[in-house]
Amino acid sequence: MEKHRGGSSLVEGKILLVLPILFLVLVLLPSMLRVSLGISHIYVKIVIKTFEWATLQIEKGVKKQKALALENLISNGIIQREETSMEEEMAGQRQGCFSLADVLYFSKKGLEAVADDEVTRRFSSEELVSWNLLSRTNVNFHQVSWQLTFVWISGILIRYCLLLPLRIGLSSFSILFLVSATTLVGQFPNGRVKCWLSNQVQMTCAALGVRCLSGAVHFHNRENRPQKGGICVANHTSPLDVLILASDGCYSLVGQVHGGLLGLIQKSCMKTAQHVLFERSEMKDRHLVRKKIREHIADKTKLPILIFPEGTCINNTSVMMFKKGSFEVGGTIHPVAIKYDPRFGDPFWNSMKYSTMTYAFKLLTSWAIVCNVWYLPPMVKEEEEDAVHFADRVKAVIAAQGGMSVLPWDGGLKRKKVKESFKEEQQKKYCRIVVENGAVGNGNVH
Amino acid sequence: MGSRASTLLLSHSQITRLYSRFTSLDKGENGTLSREDFQRIPELAINPLGDRIINAFFSEGEDQVNFRGFMRTLAHFRPIEDNEKSKDQNGPEPLNSRSNKLHFAFRLYDLDKDDKISRDELLQVLRMMVGVNISDEQLGSIADRTIQEADQDGDSAISFAEFVKVLEKVDVEQKMSIRFLH
Repeated sequence: MEKHRGGSSLVEGKILLVLPILFLVLVLLPSMLRVSLGISHIYVKIVIKTFEWATLQIEKGVKKQKALALENLISNGIIQREETSMEEEMAGQRQGCFSLADVLYFSKKGLEAVADDEVTRRFSSEELVSWNLLSRTNVNFHQVSWQLTFVWISGILIRYCLLLPLRIGLSSFSILFLVSATTLVGQFPNGRVKCWLSNQVQMTCAALGVRCLSGAVHFHNRENRPQKGGICVANHTSPLDVLILASDGCYSLVGQVHGGLLGLIQKSCMKTAQHVLFERSEMKDRHLVRKKIREHIADKTKLPILIFPEGTCINNTSVMMFKKGSFEVGGTIHPVAIKYDPRFGDPFWNSMKYSTMTYAFKLLTSWAIVCNVWYLPPMVKEEEEDAVHFADRVKAVIAAQGGMSVLPWDGGLKRKKVKESFKEEQQKKYCRIVVENGAVGNGNVH
Repeated sequence: MGSRASTLLLSHSQITRLYSRFTSLDKGENGTLSREDFQRIPELAINPLGDRIINAFFSEGEDQVNFRGFMRTLAHFRPIEDNEKSKDQNGPEPLNSRSNKLHFAFRLYDLDKDDKISRDELLQVLRMMVGVNISDEQLGSIADRTIQEADQDGDSAISFAEFVKVLEKVDVEQKMSIRFLH
């Protein structure tokens, strides 16, 4: 009896030893040395195979036409928009005077906007063309066949009972590590050792963070990585962008002050590196922002500054207006394009709908975070170019690389109303048509 | 939903997509849209007639529109040619007939719903479309001339029949149709 008990406690002791060693070897060491063991990539491949099988099941189960029809509508949009200008529409029998039929143009454009508009759908999660076996995206597909239901339920079990506890454990460890390591390094006297150490800490924590979320990130063109004294601009989808970029390089961040958990992480980072943080209201003071950025990049020993010129999170299907502030200060711009694969989990943070913790929970219970990061060649503002044009140029390059559409609209429309001046532009345009052939009210209609 | 679908002439997948559009606009998540929900659409907010178009969705005295009302208003803009494919030839006149489309346009002018466009109502719509760029006198003369040309019964207002007559040469089908993809 006693031998047996002795034996089992020995086994328990061995298990307790094995787990930390496994953790050290599989997670911590690779993060520190920034080596990938490929576990995430294998996992991602398995998930993709499962998705393909699920799509086949759905097409067999639901009538193929119905499934294809829905897929077409989601990818092409619900209406066909004709891009005719106001002038073309209003031309006709009349000679530059008002006609009762003019309202038809505005009513059609208005109803088109109600049915499907370019802007508001960037502020909610991208719709998937085929189901990715998450209950949050299903459209009653899980009742298609019992095999599909079985896979869906086992997916739930795997994600919530296996992956979630592992991920929560790992992320708690990472945050503790970050806080303690930054506090420790913060005690060092300022100098090259401190800089080097803080860079290592930053990158290790970011790499750990990416592993927490089963992140499979593919970096392209790493020879174009941002250099010291430059400005790195990227399209913005969520705070994960920062995590992903920080796992492959060291940056100074410009961003909004957050509260809660995110605030804690921000404060820890501030202890070791030089970041520039603002209140959202302060960001409106463009002169202040520009001054701080200019001071930062003038110092060539400082880390490249990471800026998201859209100013807010967009859902990764398009790139919206780049605010010109960061493009006015001079300096080399290093564009980076980040494109997530939405099948594995929705990276977009709709901060008006979900709090930080809800968003974190959604991420931790997704399949994985899969994304591609392209480092693009550096760009400089040309002599006769103004900041707005330069910003548009950079935006076009990023959008083209990431396969996203370009929108001239301001991402700030997520929260605030559109400016009256745009409506006034429309009215002026209409007036030009009505007043076309000389003075108004001249008759000469027939 | 089946019989209504045939009146609206929208397919099942189109209705599904419109419903997800409806829910994405419904920020209050209570199954109805308010005027603010519409005004959040930037392309509609910059439309000079934006407010009138939003009004078209709401019934008399109502502040909320449900999905049925949402679809009914949009259905006005379905192309007329699709009616030929409909099997229900003896049923009620479909919402997207030429006459109903013209009614929709007429109601954009006729705010007090007295079946006449008065000089004031015409001036209001004109002012919305031109903004501040044309003076009151010029606008007044445009309105007067438009009424003069359209008015046939001498009441200095435009009735629906007179409105239809003015627009008889206009390709209402092309100007008031939105091609719903399927």
